Amino acid sequence: MAPIDVRLVGVTKRFGDTLAVDHIDLEVESGEFFSLLGPSGCGKTTTLRMIGGFEQPTEGRIELQGEDVTWLPPYRRNVNTVFQNYALFPHLNVYDNIAFGLRRRRVPEREIRARVAEMLRLVELTGFEKRRPSQISGGQAQRVALARALVNRPAVLLLDEPLGALDLKLRKQMQVELKRIQQEVGITFIYVTHDQEEAMTMSDRIAVMNRGRYEQLGDPESLYERPASRFVAGFLGVSNLLPAILDGTVGDYAVARLRDDTPVRIPRGQTAGLSRIEVGVRPEKIRLREPDEPVPDGHNTLTGVVRDASYMGVSTSYIVEIRGGARLTVYEQNVERATRSELWRPGEEVRLSWSPDHTFVVPVEDDRSSDEEVPAA
Amino acid sequence: MAREAAVTELAGPRLGWLDRFARVFDRYLLLIYTGFAVLYLMLPIFVIALFSVNDPIGRSNVAWRAFTLKYWLDPFGVPGLFDAVATSLKIAFASTVVATALGTLIALALVRYQFRGAGATNLLIFIPMATPEIVMGASLLTMFVAIGRPPFFPLNELTILIAHIMFNISYVVVTVRARLVGFDRHLEEAAMDLGANEWATFWRVTFPLILPGIIAAALLAFSLSIDDFVITNFTAGRTVTFPMYIWGAARIGIPVQVNVIGTLIFLVAVGFVALSVVLGRRRA
Repeated sequence: MAPIDVRLVGVTKRFGDTLAVDHIDLEVESGEFFSLLGPSGCGKTTTLRMIGGFEQPTEGRIELQGEDVTWLPPYRRNVNTVFQNYALFPHLNVYDNIAFGLRRRRVPEREIRARVAEMLRLVELTGFEKRRPSQISGGQAQRVALARALVNRPAVLLLDEPLGALDLKLRKQMQVELKRIQQEVGITFIYVTHDQEEAMTMSDRIAVMNRGRYEQLGDPESLYERPASRFVAGFLGVSNLLPAILDGTVGDYAVARLRDDTPVRIPRGQTAGLSRIEVGVRPEKIRLREPDEPVPDGHNTLTGVVRDASYMGVSTSYIVEIRGGARLTVYEQNVERATRSELWRPGEEVRLSWSPDHTFVVPVEDDRSSDEEVPAA
Repeated sequence: MAREAAVTELAGPRLGWLDRFARVFDRYLLLIYTGFAVLYLMLPIFVIALFSVNDPIGRSNVAWRAFTLKYWLDPFGVPGLFDAVATSLKIAFASTVVATALGTLIALALVRYQFRGAGATNLLIFIPMATPEIVMGASLLTMFVAIGRPPFFPLNELTILIAHIMFNISYVVVTVRARLVGFDRHLEEAAMDLGANEWATFWRVTFPLILPGIIAAALLAFSLSIDDFVITNFTAGRTVTFPMYIWGAARIGIPVQVNVIGTLIFLVAVGFVALSVVLGRRRA
């Protein structure tokens, strides 16, 4: 196992009466691209700021490469931060911005020149040395901020929604770029974002945060395929959740019954220890068929009526109302039914089916108020 | 031209002179208005400058007689004027330095920190600006006399300086605070993140960024101090500053040299403004 670069032990932060971060334990491995993902106000930025030294935890301990840094000021920690709005020094040019950290550590000017040049090459901004922050674009400013932090060769780089201010196209481009740079320099990245797609694209591991804690921690695939809570299922992509009751097993699968008694199969490992559950399935895993068309053996099957169809070019998004009144979202690639006239039309009866291996389960939470924070599917 | 002619024909046989006047007036209204405003502001200064090269007979320098440069060549050729100007400059420099330093720190504290008494401090800062100068001068005099049984507070340059620092602090705080309100705190966090301790962060990031505000505050403080008459008159004792000298001289006729010094001060001020514009432009 790789050595641990950052360790949080029972870290808690209160601002007055509000609990921003609630007893978080976390270990980030060396060289990892680690994301803290969650809606605004979930405590992800506060957690990052505590690692950076801009806030002190109310309780708990923060370790950097084994050293307790909980009470050290930012300038005594071997971490650097890329701020949300870049925070480039407006009175210094690009070169002096990047050289700022090295000069504070009294690195000889000759070495500074070489290292700044190397960084500018890494972020592809060679030739911009003399520009002021006001004379470069948002994307360029973002890369200068990155270079300014990386040039110090920190143990850990903290990034606070660094792409938030960029437009969509540039953001996509920078995601690829960031991942490339991270692999090239091999530094541990801790990345804060509220954009699930961004986190999924770049991260080795993601902690999905909600109300000061993380609800699930894992690699993007396991978070997406087997979300552990209603919140995670709703925050990462769109999911269809149906309340059900467990009712025995068939082979490798557990069987749950929906409200209208329809049986749904679930991989057995997932239901251990649960009583009240909701079964979930991602929209792209569901296939729509004519009501009389045969379904592969063992697949979960529901019948319903198409209520809405939104043509999106590459795919079509349907809302299907099943028996019992629940509405499911279904994505279909526009392959078999490629033109608009061939799509399922509202009012048509359809049969929905999906492989039981694509079914996941989340526990029913008694705390109903948590529903409010689940983005609408 | 051709199209205009066509429009004219459609509109009628010919545009009346009134319409034409209205058009021109429309187009140049703002220009004319601005011209008058500038004239209104500059005329008195022009008169001062003009009469600094006049060669009057006797003491009264109010009627134009002849051009001369002799007063420019000998600007301190009347008794007492040099001392008065020197005193004013000395007090202006000292009060500017002290008030700017203290005021900047007060502004930093008021914007950055929440502390008990911040609201009251804000109010206290405002009071010297809102109080009529005459009241302020009278109460300062009362205070200095009341606590000033010799040898503690004889009225002299020091009492003027104390008074000037007091009212200047308010203006410095207000000016610097305006600059600080829009200050992005992340810049200071970024500096500390990059290894700068509190001291280095202040001098490398905070100070250079609020420097324009501090300079503006210092210039304001300097000009408020150098031309203050009312408060100075109450607190001066036997000391004579430049404004007091003019006031005294006015009763028997202002010497031409006063116009020379006045014009010089104006030119220096314009020079500073021009310099700041040039520097500002180069920075942007």
